[in-house]
Amino acid sequence: MLLSEVSAGPTFFALAPWVVFIPVIGLLLNIILGRRMGERFVGIVASSAAFLAFIVSVLLALSLRSQPEGMVVTLADWLTIGELHVPWAFNVDTLSVTMMLVVSGVGTLIHIYASGYMHYDVRYKEDPASYTRFFIYLNLFIAFMMTLVSGSSYLMLFVGWEGVGLCSFLLIGFWFTRNPDGSIGINNSNAAKKAFITNRVGDFGFLIAMFLTFWYFGSLEFHEVFHAVETMASTVPSWVIPAIGIFMLVGVTGKSAQIPLFVWLPDAMAGPTPVSALIHAATMVTAGVYLVTRSYPIFEASHLAQTIVATVGAVTALFAATVAVGQFDIKKVLAYSTVSQLGFMVAAVGMGGFVAGMFHLVTHAFFKALLFLGAGSVILGVERGHHPLESTGDAPAKANKKGTHAEAKHGKGQEAHHDAGPHDAGHHDAGHDDHHAFDPQDMRNMGGMRKSMPVTFWVYMMGTLALAGIVPFAGFWSKDEILADASAEFPLAYWLLTIAAFLTAFYMGRQIWMVFFGKPRTHAAEAAKESPMTMTIPLGILAFLSVVGGALNLPTIHTFANWLEHTMGHAAHAGEFNPQVAIVSTVLALTAILLSWLLYGRKPLASTEDTDPLRRMLGPIFVGMNRKWMVDEFYGWLIIRPYQRFAAFLADKVDWDFWHNWFHDSVIAAGFQGLTRLLADPIDLGFVDRVSYWLAEGTSGLSRLLSRLQNGFARNYALMVFMGVVVILGYVILR
Amino acid sequence: MIPVENYIGLSAILFTIGAMGVLTRRNAIVIFMSVELMLNSANLLFIAFAQVYQEVGGHVFVFFVMAVAAAEVAVGLALIVAIFRSRGTINIDDLHHLKG
Repeated sequence: MLLSEVSAGPTFFALAPWVVFIPVIGLLLNIILGRRMGERFVGIVASSAAFLAFIVSVLLALSLRSQPEGMVVTLADWLTIGELHVPWAFNVDTLSVTMMLVVSGVGTLIHIYASGYMHYDVRYKEDPASYTRFFIYLNLFIAFMMTLVSGSSYLMLFVGWEGVGLCSFLLIGFWFTRNPDGSIGINNSNAAKKAFITNRVGDFGFLIAMFLTFWYFGSLEFHEVFHAVETMASTVPSWVIPAIGIFMLVGVTGKSAQIPLFVWLPDAMAGPTPVSALIHAATMVTAGVYLVTRSYPIFEASHLAQTIVATVGAVTALFAATVAVGQFDIKKVLAYSTVSQLGFMVAAVGMGGFVAGMFHLVTHAFFKALLFLGAGSVILGVERGHHPLESTGDAPAKANKKGTHAEAKHGKGQEAHHDAGPHDAGHHDAGHDDHHAFDPQDMRNMGGMRKSMPVTFWVYMMGTLALAGIVPFAGFWSKDEILADASAEFPLAYWLLTIAAFLTAFYMGRQIWMVFFGKPRTHAAEAAKESPMTMTIPLGILAFLSVVGGALNLPTIHTFANWLEHTMGHAAHAGEFNPQVAIVSTVLALTAILLSWLLYGRKPLASTEDTDPLRRMLGPIFVGMNRKWMVDEFYGWLIIRPYQRFAAFLADKVDWDFWHNWFHDSVIAAGFQGLTRLLADPIDLGFVDRVSYWLAEGTSGLSRLLSRLQNGFARNYALMVFMGVVVILGYVILR
Repeated sequence: MIPVENYIGLSAILFTIGAMGVLTRRNAIVIFMSVELMLNSANLLFIAFAQVYQEVGGHVFVFFVMAVAAAEVAVGLALIVAIFRSRGTINIDDLHHLKG
């Protein structure tokens, strides 16, 4: 049945809540049964949950063909406080379904990949029981991300926003007892904390935007707010709408890693690679772009907000691209690349090019996830080459073989001195001390991997070409649309983005030559094995999508623009194809790749100790790029250390010295003891004791007095009786 | 006849003498004799009024009194003998062992 014939078909909008519920059911199953049922069960349940969510998203997309304007599916009333009414409702329209498809589709592929990758990772980290925990967190993430994209109000979106921040924290700090290089320490949990706290700053901005929205427009529901923005724009003070836009931008800089809050994303590479692929490339970080696109009426109503958003995006794109050039860690290059590409997207939606931005979001999800998963495959291969695990069936390398190989390959007689040690013995368990001296993620420890890992090489090539924007790969079409929009709307941004695109192609080319070409610089790179099929098949699928993904929105056909137009109206205008821009960008990209070949491909680095050719050329500039322009150190100096000093002051001086030592001890304790002494000595001893002593003395005195009457003389008694009789008689007679 | 006032006066005087004897004499037997005197004075009064009001109840009561007096004297004299046997004296001033 062709899609076009479904246009009057049945609608499945009522299934919308299941995109959230199915991953929740998946994670509950894993919580209850996961440990008992083993790794295969956990991986299958988690991947199936993601896949079923994808199926539901597809059904929703089909429903939208019959009813393109979408529908809001209300489940229950959540909050009704005064004028604020927020229902628990799912908003199914073309924009949210696009995000749902990306999240669940790419998510499913990453789940399948992770079921293979984590099998090795938990054994390298000596904690096989954590396998279940990983997939629980992954499913939780999918559930929250679906909540984010399907929310019908800013508050529902915020629930998902915070939830994915939580999952990001849990997953970045997944190996929370270790450092990113594998040694024992706290740096992974520090990275997780950094992500959470930086995001919190952004969330604060987002909250202020929501408060302003509610205060001036009376609601948080999307359709009510946007309607109010359009009709009431003249009745609210003129600063309100730009302020909402700018505060929302603060939230976007946090979640989507723009200047100034991007600093958490490179540190987030401490998490396992599937996490980097899913959360920090394809889905969570795009939430900011989604937010701006969803709020298009607000941004369209304020030129100032738009300019600021676009400028922030463009500057971030260029800044991050320069840092990526100087990185040696394979994942750090991709992390800064992600920040840069997010800058592209934010710049696009800031300029009003919502279609271009969303298109790039989708294609970027494909090829960036591919690149990250490919990097994970490379890292795993290098680790397996360096340190084969018997428990996974890798054969341990024998000392002799390594000796002859090394001498044959490294003609200059350079041993791979880092890993000379562990291969002497025939039996290995993971976790020898030598791990920390060898960084499997450092590109200088790689080289020539296209021979040892061919499948990974080819898919990585496709991802690189897509990211660099070479026609006809997906990245070309989407990036070009952004550049075309920029050249028409915002020339400054156009120049910044073009330079960033040039650098993008350059650093990706550099990465390809350093990792896959030349000769292997270490034994580990040479002994690397190709990854298992659970990993290579998703890579293949993503590579396919990176190649053909451009078909989503080809010029003049504009499938995606028409799709989004149902939700966004005229704001989803399709950019015209600008051949000049396309040619310029393609030429620049090819030039960049040629340049990278000249520096890194023609005369590849011979050993791990060689200096980067760019360092020789650019000297201190390269150092700046490598040290990420000292942004973290600057934040440390400006904000973090003063804050820590302030916190220490509050803790030691104010809380301890003043409150505990002085106030508690001197004022309260001493006062209370004084009061006690007052009550004890004068009152208790002085007064109360005296009274009771007095009573006792009085009684015995009285009794001594009275006992003198009883003298034993009978005559006295007789006299008393006689006198008593006289008195009584006298009284009776004389009465 | 003899006016009844004379009998009343005599009875009063006898009673007073008896009371003085109880209060002031030291010998226990003399105290008993004084008690008897008081009882007899009461008897005299009873008979006098019985005569005046021609009541026979007065005479009956005198018999009661006499019987009681006799019993009391028997018991009392037995007590005195017992005291004399244990203490060697019946001087009541020397018998103050029940002092408090």
